Amino acid sequence: MSYWQEALLILGMMAVTFGVRYPVLALSGRVRLPTWLVRALGYVPVAVLSAIAVPIMLAPQGSIALTMANEYLVAGIVAIVFVAFTRHLLWTIVLGMAVFLALRFLM
Amino acid sequence: MNSHSAASEFWSGARDTIPVIVGAIPFGIIFGALAMNAGLSVVATMGLSLIVFAGSSQFVAAGLVAQGAGIVVIIFTTFIVNLRHALYSASLGPYLSGKSQRWLMPLAFWLTDETYAVVVQRYARDDGSANKHWYHLGSSVAMYSNWQLCTVIGIVAGTQLKGMADWGLEFAMVVTFIGIVVPLLRSLPLVLCAVVAGGVSVFLRDWPNQSGLLVGSVVGIGIAMLLDNGSAKGSVKEPAKGAPS
Repeated sequence: MSYWQEALLILGMMAVTFGVRYPVLALSGRVRLPTWLVRALGYVPVAVLSAIAVPIMLAPQGSIALTMANEYLVAGIVAIVFVAFTRHLLWTIVLGMAVFLALRFLM
Repeated sequence: MNSHSAASEFWSGARDTIPVIVGAIPFGIIFGALAMNAGLSVVATMGLSLIVFAGSSQFVAAGLVAQGAGIVVIIFTTFIVNLRHALYSASLGPYLSGKSQRWLMPLAFWLTDETYAVVVQRYARDDGSANKHWYHLGSSVAMYSNWQLCTVIGIVAGTQLKGMADWGLEFAMVVTFIGIVVPLLRSLPLVLCAVVAGGVSVFLRDWPNQSGLLVGSVVGIGIAMLLDNGSAKGSVKEPAKGAPS
């Protein structure tokens, strides 16, 4: 990315982020969000994070790789199982990265 | 000595934010290193933390830059990822009604998952303090300062360690998202939301500039809403606590 593209990216991200945080804060008390929107917002984190993470796990090189040789998939599954039982974010990251790096460099 | 003075509220806000700051430290460092390895300049990496200040969308942006996504897609994804802040704003707004722009604008800029989680409890505590907004400010400033410091550490780590790109730092993003999303999947609509959003996104992974992930997200949200509309009680959950902002 050129410096201009970086500047454009940061300004754009700032505008949309502040654009979400500020108006509702300044207007609330006077304006209520519609119920359907509040419901939809509750699903946003799960939807967006899954949409980003799943393709990297299943197809890290672009084509789908459902094999034990795909360290993204194997370490990802280990992390999913671990966090489902422990619900501990930090240890999940540590364990997931350890499994991933071990598979990548030791196998 | 007034325990509800502006200064004492400010410091208790900062102090009460320390536990969530500890949780945010690794994310700040990983973000700095990830952004450097994604090919962003030091100025841009620091700029994201200084003037966007929204942890999970900064993470996402760094990951998308590494994958060659277009600027418009990254900005739009940022918008979607940060939409949950509208919920926080709607919740905090009534406590700040009547405050001047001098207060509203910085507090809005500094709004994060972490600060929200801390200050909403202070606002709800009914002890007659007229300076709760100072508590809010203290929490915000503490969170912001720490995020900048962690970004610097991550930038240094990312530039010092040669060949970090080979380490697959984008997996750090994936495993972070797994750790945030999986504990949230407490109802059928939420599980389907994740599966459908992820599945559609895999299917559309060749769409230009990663635009398929936006379609995947919208379809996932739509399916989940159709489903929970059918159930008797709404099953919408609070966004992740302790997740990067």
